[in-house]
Amino acid sequence: MTVGDTAPLLEMRGITKRFAGVTALSEVNLAVRPGEIHAICGENGAGKSTLMKVLSGIYPHGSYDGEIVFDGQPGDFKDIRSSERRGIGIIHQELALVPVLSIAENIFLGNEHASAGVISWHETMTDAARLLARVGLAESPRTRIADIGVGKQQLVEIAKALSKKVKLLILDEPTAALNDEDSRHLLDLIVELRDQGLTCIIISHKLGEVMRVADNITILRDGHTIETLAVDDDLTEEHIIRGMVGRDMTDRFPERTDHPIGEVTFAIEDWTVFHPLDQQRKVVDGVSINVRRGEVVGLAGLMGAGRTELAMSVFGRSYGKKAGGKVFKDGKEIRTRTVPEAIAHRIAYATEDRKHYGLNLMDDIARSVTLASLPKVSRASVINEHEETVVAERFRKDMHIKATSVRATTGNLSGGNQQKVVLSKWIYADPDVLILDEPTRGIDVGAKYEIYTIINSLAAQGKAVIVISSELPELIGLCDRIYTLNEGRLTGEVARADAKQETLMRYMMKGRS
Amino acid sequence: MTTTPTVSTASSAPTPSRPPTSPGERLRAVLQGNFRQYGMVAALAVIVILFQVWTSGILLKPLNVTNIVQQNGYILILAIGMVIVIISGHIDLSVGSIAGFVGAMSAVLMIRNDMPWPLAVGLCLLLGAVIGAWQGFWIAYVGIPSFIVTLAGMLVFRGATQYLLEGQSIAPFPRSFSQVSSGFLPELGSGGGLYHWPTVILGVFVMAAAVWQQVRQRRTQSRYGFDVSPLGWFVFKCAAIVAALAAFTLLLASYRGVPVVGIILAVAFVIYAFVMRSTVFGRQVYAVGGNEAAARLSGVKNKRVTFLVFVNMGLLSALAGLLFAARLNSATPQAGIGMELEAIAAAFIGGASASGGVGTVLGAIIGGFVLGVLNNGMSLIGIGSDVQQVIKGLVLLAAVGFDIYNKKKGGS
Repeated sequence: MTVGDTAPLLEMRGITKRFAGVTALSEVNLAVRPGEIHAICGENGAGKSTLMKVLSGIYPHGSYDGEIVFDGQPGDFKDIRSSERRGIGIIHQELALVPVLSIAENIFLGNEHASAGVISWHETMTDAARLLARVGLAESPRTRIADIGVGKQQLVEIAKALSKKVKLLILDEPTAALNDEDSRHLLDLIVELRDQGLTCIIISHKLGEVMRVADNITILRDGHTIETLAVDDDLTEEHIIRGMVGRDMTDRFPERTDHPIGEVTFAIEDWTVFHPLDQQRKVVDGVSINVRRGEVVGLAGLMGAGRTELAMSVFGRSYGKKAGGKVFKDGKEIRTRTVPEAIAHRIAYATEDRKHYGLNLMDDIARSVTLASLPKVSRASVINEHEETVVAERFRKDMHIKATSVRATTGNLSGGNQQKVVLSKWIYADPDVLILDEPTRGIDVGAKYEIYTIINSLAAQGKAVIVISSELPELIGLCDRIYTLNEGRLTGEVARADAKQETLMRYMMKGRS
Repeated sequence: MTTTPTVSTASSAPTPSRPPTSPGERLRAVLQGNFRQYGMVAALAVIVILFQVWTSGILLKPLNVTNIVQQNGYILILAIGMVIVIISGHIDLSVGSIAGFVGAMSAVLMIRNDMPWPLAVGLCLLLGAVIGAWQGFWIAYVGIPSFIVTLAGMLVFRGATQYLLEGQSIAPFPRSFSQVSSGFLPELGSGGGLYHWPTVILGVFVMAAAVWQQVRQRRTQSRYGFDVSPLGWFVFKCAAIVAALAAFTLLLASYRGVPVVGIILAVAFVIYAFVMRSTVFGRQVYAVGGNEAAARLSGVKNKRVTFLVFVNMGLLSALAGLLFAARLNSATPQAGIGMELEAIAAAFIGGASASGGVGTVLGAIIGGFVLGVLNNGMSLIGIGSDVQQVIKGLVLLAAVGFDIYNKKKGGS
């Protein structure tokens, strides 16, 4: 596969980018050959996104040092349009689609088939259909973006890039929000496009994916290029991880402390939830699960399996319509119809979506930590801010939250540190049952390890923990027991000893038409 | 209860923030931390000094200072309620109409029906709260955007005012009632000295309370082992507060004393600043405005918080309406027109964010005074009301623009 000495399509040499005293990139080099998939790996804050913003002209030429050569010409882009004109397309993690417009309208947004400002719909639709066929998306070009799932939206983004005749396609965390099946489809498509001659840069935290599709991997750490590796049989994930974190990480999961597992403390029985908009559709269908004191239980499932919907509907009916079933705590049936009721029964739910459901990004760390337990730091409804600071300071130390002070705004923290703030909030509420929804999504390897350690110590204290995750190795490394869901139904229960990715995946796909 | 994870392989060592050591550095840290608040106070001071010069000293004459307080009392009361509404992520366009309606109702009760004024005032405040509850119901529990509900309220209560007054003004109010808005703290004995003594005594009392509050806060801070600002800065800050209060007290005392409106305003300020800063309810308002979904999932009763915010706004609108009616000594069908815009402008000049979650009561008061001093100063130097509006509009734009520019610079 390696094409020895072809001239690179893209060469970035000695790129240095500073922000008000902070050096985000320092002498970074990157060479991408035509027709390859080149992965960029690094922890959060390593400089991956900054490098891509330099490349695509979001940080204009002149605001950084170093040079870019693209397609044999200097790449001194002054904005994103000028890099686009030269054939560089970038797809961001947060998709840039307009939900109320159709697929076709989105594909040609800003680039309409029009003469004198009048759109030719016939041409638009034919072209859109052709592009959709190329990315393997079986939807009408007239379908609204809001009516298709994230996986399909990602394909629309690619179709949009292809419509601009890109030579180099940059994908920033393309599978972060996708389930395994959609991820596989997307990666297959990228490989297929590569085989047709398209060059891709892919930024990803998921090393398994990277190993599968990439031809070369460049590792960044703290704004420096560490190395570029060719993907072959000798390359191991450990090697990449070592490069990313700069140290050996013999074990990606902390050792489980030996602690006794108690009796069942929390149980959900025959739980059913209907879709909020389509009240005929059961999103969760007759699910029964339980968790014991000191136990970590996993919920595995593909996107749409109903894991988050199950958790949120139990936690104060925060999702769906007509949720029904029984919830038991220590053998007694309890009501959790509102969030305050659920919290009063010492149940906590830490969301998968920190930015929208987890944190007020304008607030500081201390206020975020105490929000769910304000009575603890107040007397007669008057908050003792000093006490609050002391509490938050303790969490900052214990949870290794990296911030200048507990009065720092959460919006300025990295994903991993934001997640630690969310966890601190719920640990401070001192629940018996913690439901953690994708606790490590979008955070780097080192921070993940710390979160795993926290989860283990919570279990060791006798708390019951339910972990929802899309990363099977994470569930296997963390849980005593794993339930699998598919299309709203419980399809399996696997003990730690029997948990293998293949087994889980089989259950997760069970009964799928 | 708390976890103590032992993480040996944590990613790159945490960079400990070196605590500022030298007094200079600490002072800079203090100033940066409260840049926004000190900035607003400084801006108000600059405006006052400029107009003091331009008006050849008339601006700070005792009579004029008293005027500024009396002219702006009702707007400031509205601004307090409005900033809370804005922090909660909403807006209220109906406050002017509600103020007008309540003022009209007070005239009907007191003048047409000879109701004793304390009872009438009580009923009017209750009416305001009920109107607030009506609007809060649609906004919080039905989910209609506050812009729509209060736009409707603006029309409904303006119409209701005109209906109630049959298109005509009612006047005059009983003297004891109009004293609320135009009266002063009563003189002791025969009075007639150089200064109005009750005002001086009240001023000294307020100064003592302010200093005591500062000292207590500092003491608690060091008891908890926090960094406190340098002693020199602390003394300077206390001295500045005392000096400002003393100057203000003497100004008022050398005319007719502190106006009743001023006392009402000060009490409202202290209560609401405390509620927003230090109570669970205040904290929840910030949380709901900052991220409604996150607040809900943290156990905050969003709907109830929003509802109460509007009940409060209705109550304060009623209070403002009574103050305005008492000041005019009549209820007119036009009373309150445009007040909502002044109150909203005050909140935004004072640093509230249109997207919710950000703002302070102190900021709204300062914003209100900025507008008030501009109004008064420009009138004194004979600038026409046409130009005045243009200037006020540009000040609003500049204040918010400056804020956003700062945020962008500080943010990414």
